[in-house]
Amino acid sequence: MIVMTKDTMQIVREQDVVPFRNRVREFAAKIGMSLVNQTKLITAASELVRNMLKYASGGKVILEIISKSAQTGVRLTFVDEGPGISDIKQAMQDGFSTGRSLGLGLPGAKRLVNEFDIQSTPGTGTTVTIIHWKHGR
Amino acid sequence: MDRIPILKMGPYLLVTIQVDLYDRLALNLENDLISMVSKTEAKGVLIDISAVSIVDSFMGRILGNIASMSRIMDAETVVVGMQPAVAITLVELGLTLQGVHTALNVEKGMELLQDLIGLYGGSNEDEEGEPDDRND
Repeated sequence: MIVMTKDTMQIVREQDVVPFRNRVREFAAKIGMSLVNQTKLITAASELVRNMLKYASGGKVILEIISKSAQTGVRLTFVDEGPGISDIKQAMQDGFSTGRSLGLGLPGAKRLVNEFDIQSTPGTGTTVTIIHWKHGR
Repeated sequence: MDRIPILKMGPYLLVTIQVDLYDRLALNLENDLISMVSKTEAKGVLIDISAVSIVDSFMGRILGNIASMSRIMDAETVVVGMQPAVAITLVELGLTLQGVHTALNVEKGMELLQDLIGLYGGSNEDEEGEPDDRND
């Protein structure tokens, strides 16, 4: 896998969300992703960055354009040093939330993108990685 | 503080969201709309989201809240102008906006509102998708 462009954004308050979404849009547009796929990626990113703010009071996101066997895509890595998730399986279920939200954030984001990975250690933090390929598959 | 303008037109309140909403702005809109419904005794709320490119679960919940709160205040809510890419994304996300009326554009939205609140003599003559048992 080759990384072609890389950028890091700190997310510490809710006002950072809109500029962050715009940056994701720039990355997706740069590789010629269709509008529907752009919207899916940005919506997933929005859910994840919102989780990061809500549960870990912020963190950072690494934005990358990657290339793998003739495929181009956008990879986003959300890194926080929050309380971590003790039961990832439960957190990935539709409708489960420890906050007062709809509980669609994590499972919804997973459905919207091509690749989704979550690693979490209670007390240390959570890292979520998503990849959406140019053609959406 | 940033606010989204709410226009009053007869028994309706009209809102056009022209910017990408961040949370505070969306919550302000929710509060402002509900107080306006109460203050103006509005019967219908029309929210135009044709310029909104991203609706995530938070924004979806706000739209649902506005509809439920308005209904308790005796007003109907119609969301109009959703972009196709947004609709596709919402369904995959798992958000079906239950309880929120939708229409393709402002014109159709106004017609739907009129039907919903039965302005014209209480009975809707042009049957908005409601099968009627009475057959001639």
